[in-house]
Amino acid sequence: MKRLERLLLLAVVGLALAMFAWMGGTLLLVWATLEAAERETLASLLESRIALVVMVAVVAFGAAAFGLKILFERFVVAPARLLERTRVVLATGARTELEPLGSAAARGLAAAVNELTAQRSQLRDDVERQVQDASRGIAQERNRLAALMSELTQSVVVCNLDGQILLYNQRARAQFRALSASTAQGAGSELIGLGRSIHAVFDRRLIDHALATIHQRSQRGAPNPSAQLITVTPAGQLIRAQVAPVRGAAGEASAGEAISGFVLMLDNITREFEQETLRERLLQGLTEGSRASLANLQAAAEMLDLPELEAEMRERFLGVIREEVATMSQRVRTLAETTTNQLKTRWPLEDMLGADLIAAAARRIDALPGLRAVVSDVDADLWLTVDSFSLLQALAYLGSRLRDEFDVRTLRLRLAREGQRAQLDLVWAGQPLSTETVMSWQMDGMRFGDESTPLTVRDVMDRHGGEFWFERERVRHELFFRFLLPLADPAAQDDASRAADSRPEFYDFDLFQTTAQTSALDERQLVDLTYTVFDTETTGLDPSGGDEIIQIGATRIVNGKLLKAECFEQLVDPQRAIPSASIPIHGITPEMVMGQPTIAKVLPTFHAFARDTVLVAHNAAFDMRFLQLKEGLSGVRFEQPVLDTLLLSAVVHPNQESHSLEAIAKRLGVDVLGRHTAMGDAFVTAEVFLKLLALLRAMGITTLGKARSAAQETYFARLKY
Amino acid sequence: MTHKILIADDEPNIVISLEYLMKREGYEVIVARDGTQALATILRERPSLVLLDVMMPGKTGFDVCQELRALPDFKDMPIVMLTAKGRDTDIAKGLAMGATAYLAKPFSTKEIAAKVRELLGGTP
Repeated sequence: MKRLERLLLLAVVGLALAMFAWMGGTLLLVWATLEAAERETLASLLESRIALVVMVAVVAFGAAAFGLKILFERFVVAPARLLERTRVVLATGARTELEPLGSAAARGLAAAVNELTAQRSQLRDDVERQVQDASRGIAQERNRLAALMSELTQSVVVCNLDGQILLYNQRARAQFRALSASTAQGAGSELIGLGRSIHAVFDRRLIDHALATIHQRSQRGAPNPSAQLITVTPAGQLIRAQVAPVRGAAGEASAGEAISGFVLMLDNITREFEQETLRERLLQGLTEGSRASLANLQAAAEMLDLPELEAEMRERFLGVIREEVATMSQRVRTLAETTTNQLKTRWPLEDMLGADLIAAAARRIDALPGLRAVVSDVDADLWLTVDSFSLLQALAYLGSRLRDEFDVRTLRLRLAREGQRAQLDLVWAGQPLSTETVMSWQMDGMRFGDESTPLTVRDVMDRHGGEFWFERERVRHELFFRFLLPLADPAAQDDASRAADSRPEFYDFDLFQTTAQTSALDERQLVDLTYTVFDTETTGLDPSGGDEIIQIGATRIVNGKLLKAECFEQLVDPQRAIPSASIPIHGITPEMVMGQPTIAKVLPTFHAFARDTVLVAHNAAFDMRFLQLKEGLSGVRFEQPVLDTLLLSAVVHPNQESHSLEAIAKRLGVDVLGRHTAMGDAFVTAEVFLKLLALLRAMGITTLGKARSAAQETYFARLKY
Repeated sequence: MTHKILIADDEPNIVISLEYLMKREGYEVIVARDGTQALATILRERPSLVLLDVMMPGKTGFDVCQELRALPDFKDMPIVMLTAKGRDTDIAKGLAMGATAYLAKPFSTKEIAAKVRELLGGTP
């Protein structure tokens, strides 16, 4: 406004000058036309009325100045204010309405600007809503994908071209546990994890070869090129992986679509392969063994046919025959026993809890008009290996024939274990069936109303490698169909029940964007790095005085996200007494570490878990000292860069008294749960670290190198262990 | 001169019949119970013909056959392989190792007697 005020002053002065010039000019002109006498008369006339003249002049000037001011405000100041406010609205995006000012035109202008602002706000809201919808859609799709993945029984791992893992599912996690050479609690998490390299399991050359094969196939025009690879892991497991390419962004469906990553579908075929080998061996044993025995038998029998055989020789040949017959019988018996357990049918069957199958069967039968199912005597612990769809069909089919032909209304289902198999009974009361009826029922294609299938009850049983018959229990007046079904492998059930865990974060598609990092670690942005945040519990505070680690807990931060699901937790046998004074602090008793691996066993696995990451710990120097003292024993060196939350806190808040983990957590608003377990402390440290990263960024400390040198300069860095 | 035949097999139940059969045919019979013993016996006794089982402990029939054929003196000695391994790949391997004939178990004693007679030129 200062400029405008000056302008106004200038205008007023100008006006005054103009008015005096006009008045003076008029007087001079009039004066010039007068005679000398007239001039004197006028002078005397004016002389006596000079005050009046001046007063009129001043009033006229005042009125003119006032008018000028009004005009000025209306036509200069008001538009200038409007302009300024419009600029504010424009710059800040605020939704404030302009106050109408000044002339009608200026007021109109303000109203128009207000309308434009309103329009802009609405447009912006629309865009925002659309963006929100879209991102909600994307989030939903991702969640759906994650849900889908976690329910899949096939293990799936998605990687970018560098082999970094972007997504994996529960099944893959379970499988990698089996792949790990370690037997620790955290086994497998050193192999699978977001941002980790798949090359720890699959040789880079194998994957490159598979990708090259895919590339060749797609060049030849194969619609869905994929490749397969088989590898033996360090733990001796046989893994078959189907490799499929992940194409570049959708929509750019050009011919030379670049591959941006790949999907691995993994099968641990160790057991299958072992079974196949066993099958082969049994078959070969049977044919070759039988050939030898048959040769012995035939030769002996032909010798017996020879004339003039001495009695002693005859007895010896008969002995051979008896022995070989016994050998062959034994061989066949052994084979039969093995095949019952091992050589199940090749129809793809699924593991299912027996009680679930019975419940499904009861629902299926209840749904049939005129039939009611009763469930009794079900062994709740049985796991079956079945094709539940066809089996339920068979039960429903038999039920409806019993209803139609024998007027049966109620069917009872029961399930029990019988040796190596399970027996499922469909029980009813009434007339016994003839052998012919049972035979025709199991050989007819199953019919459901008008719908008939070529599948018979016998086929269904063949699929299961099972058996089926009709039985009459005279004492209890019970009639039933009995199905003998295969039991599931006990080892496999364990997996299936464990898979029902929560659904942690198993994907991070942002990793698709990361490109190969060539710059030195110190120059990397803090937010881009992968961190292993860890904590140890120890028998005491003196690493060089004989104190030992008794627990390690660690978690990972990838792409600025804390991955609580990817953790490492391991108790360690310190091979020395745990001072009873320390037990209340860490809560670890001597019984708990009994039978746990020693530090020499644990550190190599932890080292693998922390591979290619930056280590983070609270008061890291203390933990690092323990790790360093064990280098000789464990054979691993932790050479990664280390960040210390204690030092970083001192960088961010140099004037605070306490930099204990609790104090920092409280200061930064981090909930403290489960403290003083290694895992709990690691989680707290990780959350504190994430908050510290944001504060460091605000101070301009954005790279690892800057963070490390800032930490080194704090007072606490000078403490030594 | 009577032909000397070596029977190499670890199964006594076949050896007993083969030994009886070959003696009846008029040959002199010696017996070896495993591959190593068979090789040593052949080098020492230089039999006219060997009935050689494939699956034996120590050295297999394949090994024995191959080692014998590597020696100039035994390049042409008739070797009849007897085996329970009846797959075509096994037969191919046996012949590649230098077996003169390959009989898959079970075989008839007449067949084997005829084969031995044929290989020894009809004279006992």
